[in-house]
Amino acid sequence: MSEIPDVAEKYTGAIEDVPIGKGDYIAGGIKGMPFLSFENPVKRRPMIAGEIFDCLEGYPQLAADMFDGRQNDPVEWADMWRSMGADIICIRFAGLDPSKGNTTPESATELVKKISDITQLPIMICGCGIPEYDIPAFTKICETVTDTRLILSKVDEDEYKKMASIAIANNHIVLGFSNLDVNLAKQMNILLTDFGVKKNDIVMDPLMSPLGMGLDYSYSVNERIRMAALMGDKMLQIPMVCDCTESWNVGDAICDDDPTIGDVKLRVTWWEAITALCAVLSGADIIIMRGPGAADMLKGYCDELRGEI
Amino acid sequence: MPTAIEFFKLLPKTNCKDCGQPTCLAFAMLLSNQKASIEDCPHVQQEAKETLAEASAPPVKTVKVGNITMGGETVLYRHERRFDNPIAYAISISDNIGEDAIKERVAHVKSLSFDRIGMIFKVDLISVKCASSDPNTYADAVKLICSEWEDGIILETDNTDCIKAAMEICKDRLPLIYGADDGNVDALVPLAKEYGCALGLICKDMDNAVDLVKKGESLGYSNFILDLSPKNINECLERHTIARRAAIKKKFKPLGYPLMNRVGYGEYAVSTAVISTLKYGSLVIFDDLKSYEALPLFTLRQNIYTDPQVPIQVKQDLYPIGNPDEHSPIMFTTNFSLTYFTVRADIEKSKIPVWLQIVNTEGLSVLTAYSAGKFEPERIVEAFEESGVLNKTDGPVIIPGLVTRMSGKLQEMINRKVIVGTNESRDIPKHLREITSE
Repeated sequence: MSEIPDVAEKYTGAIEDVPIGKGDYIAGGIKGMPFLSFENPVKRRPMIAGEIFDCLEGYPQLAADMFDGRQNDPVEWADMWRSMGADIICIRFAGLDPSKGNTTPESATELVKKISDITQLPIMICGCGIPEYDIPAFTKICETVTDTRLILSKVDEDEYKKMASIAIANNHIVLGFSNLDVNLAKQMNILLTDFGVKKNDIVMDPLMSPLGMGLDYSYSVNERIRMAALMGDKMLQIPMVCDCTESWNVGDAICDDDPTIGDVKLRVTWWEAITALCAVLSGADIIIMRGPGAADMLKGYCDELRGEI
Repeated sequence: MPTAIEFFKLLPKTNCKDCGQPTCLAFAMLLSNQKASIEDCPHVQQEAKETLAEASAPPVKTVKVGNITMGGETVLYRHERRFDNPIAYAISISDNIGEDAIKERVAHVKSLSFDRIGMIFKVDLISVKCASSDPNTYADAVKLICSEWEDGIILETDNTDCIKAAMEICKDRLPLIYGADDGNVDALVPLAKEYGCALGLICKDMDNAVDLVKKGESLGYSNFILDLSPKNINECLERHTIARRAAIKKKFKPLGYPLMNRVGYGEYAVSTAVISTLKYGSLVIFDDLKSYEALPLFTLRQNIYTDPQVPIQVKQDLYPIGNPDEHSPIMFTTNFSLTYFTVRADIEKSKIPVWLQIVNTEGLSVLTAYSAGKFEPERIVEAFEESGVLNKTDGPVIIPGLVTRMSGKLQEMINRKVIVGTNESRDIPKHLREITSE
């Protein structure tokens, strides 16, 4: 009999189960700190969302090179993510902004339907950030695509009512964004539930700052959110989404004219993979990834962390 | 640290005032706040003194390798209090690869050094791996490495003759001996003790770790670093967490030691190092590390070991971005590192050369610094004068959109066109392209 004391925490709280997609995927449901099998019996792997765009304006060439031309057709691009084992397709409708592309509510809806049918995966839709264009498109998409539960990304405390109404009316899920702070994250969840969104129809994005650009803040904010949730704070028992694609904006990650820091493709891949490892170890339930190599590495690590390998 | 009441129980409770305090309880309160020493009480029993010394020792022992301090941590999460002693990274070199190859390897290790906003990220230690089992070969290799490498050393062998031969050369560097297992702990502990050096304990599992520590302690030594030998990253996370929680929350002393990992090279090695950096590791020895792995890993260590209460600051200076010339625009912002990195990345994205002036705002972001009076025209002009940027270019000055209010005064003070910039950093590329095309 071992004399080592039992260090498992007896938590009173658990993360909500949020059914997404066609009902066969659930985000959240976690009952302990990440990957500690001695206190967290739910061995659910964090879900990986592969990022695609409707138009490539502003999309880094370095990333495009990793997709071998498939990035030119969003449906093929999404299917490549599926074949690589992604759990969710994250479609960014940058092209809803007329200065960047010519996506319309109709063409956006058509794209979501096609990708959902072909990949059969849950889908997260992200607007261009301008409500004038996003609201009509999201309304159309949500009313038309009803056989899968979409995640609508993203709302903040200034601008959430219209998007939340669309989600409630069509049984979809809202992603609430807050800026790197436990209390702001909680506040956003309270605003959404007060507005009438059910607790298990919400996921939250407390802002994942990438390695070298504020990761230290995000890592600790995430840990605090997750601990508070497990200790019983009901307004934080919401699955956490961490967007790791910001790694592709870090100078050291994408710099390609300094031979002393090695191959840029391998470096940016590590940059995103390490950012993502920090995200899942601090409590992320859904991780948005840009690079296929980093996503593949993350998937392997998550399987290993769950004791699958 | 014990509470005041726990201290009080061990005091004589005579209120004799010999310690200079009015009562024993008052003295106990000072003790618990580390404001007094138990030695100040002339009446306390020796036995009680020992109990107190033991109770007030940090839950994780502090161990030194070279001039690097490992362990000594008191919390499980960095939001409670900063992690004190950063994890060290080591790269191994075998003793039998020949002189030239050894020199080449040392040069490679040294090349993994990056200067980042005034901080040097680098490999901390070289682990000299004994592949020859020959004391002379080993000592020669240690000698050669010591002549090429100024920092710390790990003697990676369990061969006592080789250790002795190497110690004659490098004992002043306080090397780590790695390491002892069930089979040789009896021989290696006295040897480590003789030189006062740390000893790595290679533990098969958690229970074996407890056995090895107890055996080592029974030989009168406690300068250990534990390798819990995880076979995958889940075991690394779980074993490190169990050890650290047992030490800090349950005061279980046998696991209250710094933790280390011996990995190889490549993807698995780096991912293990990431887990170890996040969760309680003090040392990782690699066979090798590539520069594209080292830079993100070192950046991670820097991020995790920053003080969460104190923002990271960039030095007040002029940072040229993309070879700016005598007509390039000047931008300026605060020295909060996050602001600097974000603004810098967005300027780089625009591909337009810019002189970026960083102003010391004591690590505050733009709006906070402005409302605290630390980001005012006077300070900015001072920074401009210090760097001489106004003489380097006749380009316009772009003011952060959030502090538009001071643009008039600034323009007056520097007698140069001031353009109002964007509120958000991400809009910088578009704005820069617009103003430079005019």
